Amino acid sequence: MGLLNKLDNIESFETGNFVFSTVESLLNWGRLSSIWQMGFGLACCAIEFMAANASNFDMMRFGVIPRPSPRHSDVIIISGTVTLKMATRVKRLYEQMPDPKYVISMGSCSNCGGPYWEHGYHVLKGVDRVIPVDVYVPGCPPRPEALLEGLIRLRDKVRHQSLSKA
Amino acid sequence: MQELVDHPTTEAQVELIRSGKSLRSEEMTINMGPQHPSTHGVFRVELVLDGEQVVDAIPHLGYLHRCFEKHTEAMTYPQVIPYCDRMDYLGAMNNDWGYALAVEQLMGVQVSEKVEYIRVIVGELNRIASHLVGGIGTYGLDVGAFTPFLYCFRDREIILNIFEKLCGARLLYNYVWVGGLSHDIYPTFLDEIESFCGQFRNTIREVNELLTGNKIFTTRTKKVGVITKEVAINYGISGPMLRASGVKWDIRRDDRYSIYDRFDFEIPIGNDNDGALIGDCYNRYWVRMREMEESLRIVEQAVRDCRKTPTLMQGDVQKDVPKRIKPASGEIYSRTETSKGELGFYIISANGTNPYRVKVRPPCFVNLSILPDATRGYYVADLIAIMGSFDFVMGEVDR
Repeated sequence: MGLLNKLDNIESFETGNFVFSTVESLLNWGRLSSIWQMGFGLACCAIEFMAANASNFDMMRFGVIPRPSPRHSDVIIISGTVTLKMATRVKRLYEQMPDPKYVISMGSCSNCGGPYWEHGYHVLKGVDRVIPVDVYVPGCPPRPEALLEGLIRLRDKVRHQSLSKA
Repeated sequence: MQELVDHPTTEAQVELIRSGKSLRSEEMTINMGPQHPSTHGVFRVELVLDGEQVVDAIPHLGYLHRCFEKHTEAMTYPQVIPYCDRMDYLGAMNNDWGYALAVEQLMGVQVSEKVEYIRVIVGELNRIASHLVGGIGTYGLDVGAFTPFLYCFRDREIILNIFEKLCGARLLYNYVWVGGLSHDIYPTFLDEIESFCGQFRNTIREVNELLTGNKIFTTRTKKVGVITKEVAINYGISGPMLRASGVKWDIRRDDRYSIYDRFDFEIPIGNDNDGALIGDCYNRYWVRMREMEESLRIVEQAVRDCRKTPTLMQGDVQKDVPKRIKPASGEIYSRTETSKGELGFYIISANGTNPYRVKVRPPCFVNLSILPDATRGYYVADLIAIMGSFDFVMGEVDR
């Protein structure tokens, strides 16, 4: 029961097998411990994103499992430059995901256009113009550690979200 | 091995399917991508299928068009280098090098021996890193082998750590400058490379054990996606793909640049281990495996040379960097061999601090043009194996 001890508002009895919690914190705990991400790479950041998934950084220890379909996934990591042609597809993919859904914007390009902000006539200046973003990870490209930090911030956000207030 | 299905590879056979004289089902058009885990980025193919067989594959590009050529017109010459990084982001060092070489030739700048040696070392290490990701790691992933991916990324991290100590970046380096390098080497640079070389042969052996002789892998890749020598030359493809079809062509040897004439290395061509050379997916994979060994040989020779003459590694790496980069009016086409193939830069200068025009000849774009021809008649499942073996990077295809 080691993990359950980390829940908020929890009480347990020394001798019995009872655990008290609120529905809210139990649900949130479940959600934050198995954030399934959409296996979706856009540009350079996707390589660092792959590195974060691979041996040295091992993102799967946080319960993050790549899924090939948006319909299976909880989080979409926008890893790279979103062009105008791609923006409509990104929006459609986001809309296909079931609620609750989260967005991590990885790298300067998807945060604000990055190095292409001035002369990039075909680059969307920030993915937040198309879909709502929960966590922004800066860097060009961000290191895998930075992405992991972004993920941990997302877990914090999920941990404290309320069922009653949307 | 059981003879694989007789893939209709000729136009006539495809016509036969289409005409309805063979067993035929309704043609179906299916969209693959731009979001597909095996398209290596944002690439979309429109597939015309007859049952499971591919009748036609129509590629759609432009999902990662980042206006490279427009940027070059607005930037000064050195400012273009970071954008070169972001074209082929798996082999950023080689891209920088190609661009820097073109501008150096345009200006008539000669760089020092030390810079040349460091460039060769980082370029070849980056080639290994690129093959570890694109040609082998994710290729195994595409055809269903997950473990080699983890092994490849483990060793890639060692190379990236060396680069990070060298220039502060893991992936996009901006290291090779016009006339020099951004940073000097750090004291233990050569030692770390030597220790990497020592253990990397072991990794190659491990990957060979996991992938090269693997029955599932060979069944999925042998005799799939055959590109004959003539077709390969006619399409103008280059790099490991061309060599897999049996053409011994490598710009490092055939149109020498830098100091590649000092090193002893082979140009591997496709070899099926049974003696047959047919330019299939397995050949393309195998050429990349062999190329990593050859790159390792070059790195070892370069490090040995640096050790032999201690004066070689002395001096300022920015000694030859021009104070003001403003080439006289003129134009230049310069090509280098990156991990994907022939990367050419065509630069027109109008005697300004910005290039008047930069045109890139990207290897991936040209290599990808063969896709409809190479996939016609194969099964949908083979399509993944074929596309993976091309090892294209969309950043370079769309630019």
